[in-house]
Amino acid sequence: MAKEYETVIGLEVHVELATKTKIFCGCSTAFGGRPNSHTCPVCTGMPGSLPVLNGKVLEYAVAVGLATNCNITQYCKFDRKNYFYPDNPQNYQISQLYLPICRDGYVEIETENGSKKVGIHEIHMEEDAGKLIHDEWEDCTLVDYNRSGVPLIEIVSEPDMRSAKEVIAYLEKLRLIIQYLGASDCKLQEGSMRADVNLSVREAGAQEFGTRTEMKNLNSFRAIARAIDGERERQIDLLEAGKAVVQETRRWDDAKETSYAMRSKEDAQDYRYFPDPDLAPLCISDEYLEELKAKQPEFRTEKMKRYQEEFDIPDYDIEIITDSKHMADIFEATVALGSQPKKVSNWLMGETLRLLKEKELDPEDLRFSPENLAKLIALTESKAINSTVAKEVFEVMFEEDVDPEQYVEEKSLKTVTDEGALQKTVEEVIAANPQSVEDYRNGKEKAIGFLVGQTMKAMKGKADPAGVNRMLKELLG
Amino acid sequence: MEKKELLSLSATALGAAVKAGKTTAVEAMEAVLGQIEEWESIYHCYVTIGKEAALAKAADVQKKIEAGELTGPLAGVPAAVKDNLCTEGVLTTCSSKILENFVPTFSSEAVRNLERAGVVLIGKTNMDEFAMGSTTETSYFGVTKNPRNPEHVPGGSSGGSAAAVAAQECFFALGSDTGGSIRQPASYCGVVGMKPTYGTVSRYGLIAYGSSLDQIGPLTKTVEDCAAVLEAITSHDCKDSTSVKREDTDFTSALVADVKGMRIGIPRDYFGEGLDPEVKAAVLKAADLLKEQGALVEEFDLSLVEYAIPTYYTIAAAEASSNLERFDGIKYGYRAEDAAGLHQMYKRTRSQGFGPEVKRRIMLGSFVLSSGYYDAYYLKALKVKAMIKKAFDRAFLKYDCILGPVAPATAPKLGESLSDPMKMYLGDIYTISVNLAGLPGISVPCGTDSKGLPIGLQLIGDCFQEKKLIRTAYTFERLRKEEA
Repeated sequence: MAKEYETVIGLEVHVELATKTKIFCGCSTAFGGRPNSHTCPVCTGMPGSLPVLNGKVLEYAVAVGLATNCNITQYCKFDRKNYFYPDNPQNYQISQLYLPICRDGYVEIETENGSKKVGIHEIHMEEDAGKLIHDEWEDCTLVDYNRSGVPLIEIVSEPDMRSAKEVIAYLEKLRLIIQYLGASDCKLQEGSMRADVNLSVREAGAQEFGTRTEMKNLNSFRAIARAIDGERERQIDLLEAGKAVVQETRRWDDAKETSYAMRSKEDAQDYRYFPDPDLAPLCISDEYLEELKAKQPEFRTEKMKRYQEEFDIPDYDIEIITDSKHMADIFEATVALGSQPKKVSNWLMGETLRLLKEKELDPEDLRFSPENLAKLIALTESKAINSTVAKEVFEVMFEEDVDPEQYVEEKSLKTVTDEGALQKTVEEVIAANPQSVEDYRNGKEKAIGFLVGQTMKAMKGKADPAGVNRMLKELLG
Repeated sequence: MEKKELLSLSATALGAAVKAGKTTAVEAMEAVLGQIEEWESIYHCYVTIGKEAALAKAADVQKKIEAGELTGPLAGVPAAVKDNLCTEGVLTTCSSKILENFVPTFSSEAVRNLERAGVVLIGKTNMDEFAMGSTTETSYFGVTKNPRNPEHVPGGSSGGSAAAVAAQECFFALGSDTGGSIRQPASYCGVVGMKPTYGTVSRYGLIAYGSSLDQIGPLTKTVEDCAAVLEAITSHDCKDSTSVKREDTDFTSALVADVKGMRIGIPRDYFGEGLDPEVKAAVLKAADLLKEQGALVEEFDLSLVEYAIPTYYTIAAAEASSNLERFDGIKYGYRAEDAAGLHQMYKRTRSQGFGPEVKRRIMLGSFVLSSGYYDAYYLKALKVKAMIKKAFDRAFLKYDCILGPVAPATAPKLGESLSDPMKMYLGDIYTISVNLAGLPGISVPCGTDSKGLPIGLQLIGDCFQEKKLIRTAYTFERLRKEEA
């Protein structure tokens, strides 16, 4: 009988913080600028430059630590991690090893067997590196330091997860906490959240951990799940064949659904960590901690509960809406502007989700404002525009956040409420379609639909179809 | 004003003369450039001299002085800065091949402070490569000679700055002091040099050697100049996390010739084996002079002095090994030609770009930080550093300042030191504790030995007590003048 194996997984998650400026200088963290346009002497490692900590980075790191039940290290330091690589302009990365900002926390995840705590070993602050661009044509490598000095936190879990499902649940939980804090948008695809998976297997019931490998280059939840299953199989195959698992770092190739070894433990570099003498130790006061504790937002579980109590919308809607802090913010702000919760929810669950899927976007990317959504809802409620026009306007709003009132005005999309003009058009349609009129009078109810359509066409869509229907029936007696 | 008379002026005297219309910033600059023309080929104080720019700037400053826009005591005074201080648009080499072509895009905060005060920069002074050395002989650009006797070294690492002041090739200079690099060359060249309390002068734009020990300071002809220059370069700088906000920065107010009641401690540990008898005699004579003026002088045991050197070389080398990693041929500076691939480029660039003393310290620093040795060396050194600080704290409960020699002997002959690096390291014994404890220290000339080489007196103060040092040094300087 084949042996049973248990998978043991721990994660190292890097999260890019949503600060406007970099961790140790005033340069912009905006993504996608011209190469080296968001740089200064500090983030390009110029001789004589010195780092100064961005206070917002500390605030976000502490906030994440508090939300994940960590102890905050009130006397905390930065350390230098020394290694040579051209994307690292000083050839050392400023990080934290000896006294990381947060330690010994946990998050709770839901599993098939109920809720479970996943321990957090530590969270530390560090700077991101630049980007190397290999120019095949010129056969050279260029460096872009725009990303150099972008603030990161690294969240190191305990080896507490046992399956891909638990890993995904843990990551989703972290993502929601961090997004709710506004500390990051946590997009795996864009790299603002990155996860390295440490995995080992052991015979079911064994006390000792097996030898682990570290898997890198996982940029979607799907890739993470597949890499975990793949690595589990690979390690079990090795053990079954009487071979040993080698402690090494492996790179996942999602296209080929396979991984290959990058470096083994023997090649591991000595980073010669030591406290960075350019940055004074941080002494975090009790007052500062209390202030941040008081500032912790309502997280998802509490929000869901409140929605159930306050709004008459389906649980399913609540689940979807609160899955994104940004979408929940839009929902609440729109309702606060006077729109009916159910109407707002309908727009979010319907057109919004459809367009997000169609355009392959994330809820965090939503650009339309609650003000404009409220206006659009008001326009439909007052029947100033019909639902087809409303959807049209929404698509434009989704792209550019236009003011729907102004847009409807400019494009003359308002439903024609001038009864005289409508009657004139209806009469013209009746005159032009004697066959349909006759069909209707002969009892073919369907024929009225054709006449409504013709009228709507003549009105360029700016009529209320129900009103047109009513008027046709009246005129045709 | 006659050139010879002009050149003999102190920086503050020149500033006053310019203000009074007795001379101009341009005349002063021309005099200094003439002096450089005459002597630079022998002394080699400078790595870079910006003649045209200096004259143009002097003319500009003169106009501002006449317009009443620049009124400070140093306005119109020509000065030099050590070549590890970044100067925008001006070559900054750290006297190393690896930065032989490096032109910074910004100026260090200390240099900017000087410019705000109306000081006119002449050029960049020679130094030991990356400030590593005690003789200015490790410079890639050749040695600097001691103007008091060109067969001898000027000391280091700010040897170019000290020599330029001594040779009247500038009216004052800035140096940097990590383990004695201002005070020791000041002592060897017979000028005044001060290392301020850590955090007093912004390190922004100072190319780091040992970041937790580095401090910029003045090298001047007189104590009065020293106070005026320190006052000009001191600032709280939010670009430097280790910069301290100080209130008591009116250092010139301490220029008072009175040491009555000043409690001065003489550490017995500084007068033991290895100290040249002539140096010892000169320093003790200085103590007697101060005592005669009413200072309360007594001997005491400082302790831990013998641990200062290993502690210093462990910490400074560790920090240096990391600080110097950025010099890799990728972004600026020297890059080795024809390397096959990244790693060979790194290796060749750094092998060819750094001199032997720098490599020695990078290797030493990398070793003490490597896994398995970190606790035994680096961490232990940090603990000893804290103990040394405590020993000074105890001393300053009893004394206003500590008096001793700057260096065990006067300037050695050229070439003598490099052959024995251990001996050179031991020469830092009286200066490095000051850096380890973050304290201010000043070197003032207190005599010459039988060969006519200058001897320096060192006064050490508690953190932020520069004024006590200035007051004591100023009094001593006056007494010496009166004696002569």
